[in-house]
Amino acid sequence: MERTTLDLWVGVFVVGGLIALLILAFKVGNLGGYDGSETYKVYGEFDNIGGLKVKAPVKSAGVVVGRVSDIQFDNKTFLALVEMRISKRYLFPRDSSAAILTSGLLGEQYIGLDAGGDEANLRNGDKFKLTQSAVVLERLIGQVLFNKAGEGGDKKAPAQ
Amino acid sequence: MPHRKVGFGLRSIGHTVVNGVWRLGYASRFFLLTLVSSGASFRRIHLTIREIYFSGVMSLIIILVSGLFVGMVLGLQGYETLQKYGSESALGSLVALSLVRELGPVLAALLFASRAGSAITAEIGLMKATEQISAMEMMAVDPISRVVAPRFWGGVISMPLLAAMFSAIGVFGGYLVGVVFIGVDEGSFWSQMQAAVDFRQDIVNGVIKSVTFGIAVTAIALFEGYDAPPTAEGVSHATTRTVVTSALVVLGLDFILTAFMFRGV
Repeated sequence: MERTTLDLWVGVFVVGGLIALLILAFKVGNLGGYDGSETYKVYGEFDNIGGLKVKAPVKSAGVVVGRVSDIQFDNKTFLALVEMRISKRYLFPRDSSAAILTSGLLGEQYIGLDAGGDEANLRNGDKFKLTQSAVVLERLIGQVLFNKAGEGGDKKAPAQ
Repeated sequence: MPHRKVGFGLRSIGHTVVNGVWRLGYASRFFLLTLVSSGASFRRIHLTIREIYFSGVMSLIIILVSGLFVGMVLGLQGYETLQKYGSESALGSLVALSLVRELGPVLAALLFASRAGSAITAEIGLMKATEQISAMEMMAVDPISRVVAPRFWGGVISMPLLAAMFSAIGVFGGYLVGVVFIGVDEGSFWSQMQAAVDFRQDIVNGVIKSVTFGIAVTAIALFEGYDAPPTAEGVSHATTRTVVTSALVVLGLDFILTAFMFRGV
């Protein structure tokens, strides 16, 4: 069996295909951005998570520091329990707070962390003490309407 | 006599159905036999490499050119729609997601069926018409393991590579139109794309799709060739059927796979 030009072309073809796959994985996909470094788990309890999804980013000061790894409903407290995996490179004080925010007007929802001032850091399995739920548009509108109605009542009261 | 006409009609429906099921069973047996006797195509790897050359390398030009144009059209159309909502920075994720998830595997498979699948059918059909297959059997050479199996594995190996190249060059085409010609911000083009495309969810699923399409298209092309009546007309009909059947099977399989893979999770 000898080497032929045909083998060369097939080799070029296979290498080209693999390069295309690598481009897709690293340039188009997020495999390059995802660092396989070790993570630690922290939990947050929210009244309402809105449209938060598993794998949504966890950001602090706008930088992605981790991802949401699990979302469950706690049937005892009736709160949503969100599990986050944060890269071990980033440590946060124990009294940090977590809020569910939206990127842009119609963008995806993510968890924003605000660092506190405690000396001790959050460890694996800790829970955020302060959390802020997602803004639900219907409730916001309801609140505005309620306030308006309340104001209207106040104005009428002195007239009587 | 109307009742005789009705009887004839019923009989012809029955004949079509029974014939179809019969053919499907024969095709399944043929497919299994190909899998069982594919040992030789790996032991004598140069047979398979030859087929990768004929079905993969020879399809490169059409795949690359179509991929580039599909990506460029996606860039233009996507920009046209997205700028109405002021979110043209999402162009990158639109181009990449539609290519990696759907258009790459599906269009590459359709092009592969018409470029390589029809050639396989015509070649095997003609081999049968000129009694080369019977001659091999006479010489105690198994035509399935010598002719059919290498072509099968050549197609199955080529298809995902072609689909990956299609998607990659399509993304480049979208970049060319979106960023270079129209002037969408380059940073947001790539960063939104990388934020939206997930390796496991999108790219691996795209590769799974293209492998499945490769198996389907090549198996259909081989069977149609092997089953073709040994006449000029028979081979021509078989070639047409290869392209039509593979296109329908690819689109149907694509729906089923998509329904399993992306259920809005």
